[in-house]
Amino acid sequence: MSDAKKFMFVNRKAPYGTIYALESLEVVLITAAFDQDVSLAFLDDGVYQLKKGQQTKGIEIKNFSPAYRALEDYDVEKLYVEKEAMDARGLTEEDFLVPVTVLNRAEMGKLMEEQDVVLSF
Amino acid sequence: MLNIINKSPLTSVTLDTCLNTAAGGDILLIEDAVYAATRGNAAEAMLREAMGRFKIYVLTPDLEARGLGDRLIEGVTSVDYGGFVDLTSNNKTCQSWL
Repeated sequence: MSDAKKFMFVNRKAPYGTIYALESLEVVLITAAFDQDVSLAFLDDGVYQLKKGQQTKGIEIKNFSPAYRALEDYDVEKLYVEKEAMDARGLTEEDFLVPVTVLNRAEMGKLMEEQDVVLSF
Repeated sequence: MLNIINKSPLTSVTLDTCLNTAAGGDILLIEDAVYAATRGNAAEAMLREAMGRFKIYVLTPDLEARGLGDRLIEGVTSVDYGGFVDLTSNNKTCQSWL
């Protein structure tokens, strides 16, 4: 897969309040279907997308959080969470639906520099 | 007055502006604003300080959708949609801080 490009999806919005989180997830799945090298970064309120225990029956919106657990079936296994964002929201790695790599802001910035394509949501 | 907030405290100044402007009364946190009422959020101190001047409510379905039903700050009152309606009818005026 020598012509695979490095794609990073940058997620900075909370789920449900806006459509960004769901739209990002859909584009991630499309990209993965084309055998690209996909990374997901979660910054700011985007870290809330990965929170365990989402129960959306009361707001009558589809709970799309189980899809993050299905990402590994599409060989999307590079999930990065910004440490400062996680800390500012009282969250820890145990709060997330899936295993993630926690990076500080400087490390996240360096990782972004290594990408061929960056898509921001 | 009932003040309704729907933005996350960490992405918008809406809650901050409401707290600094409104003279008192009720505040209802809905949609992404419910994050302000969760333990460990950076806005926790600001919200606790406001409790002296405002009565704070949170819309439970929005809190549960975000997986944070067990993180509610003590002193914040949970309401369902029926409680939302009661708040709007019990207050003379409502302001949605969009």
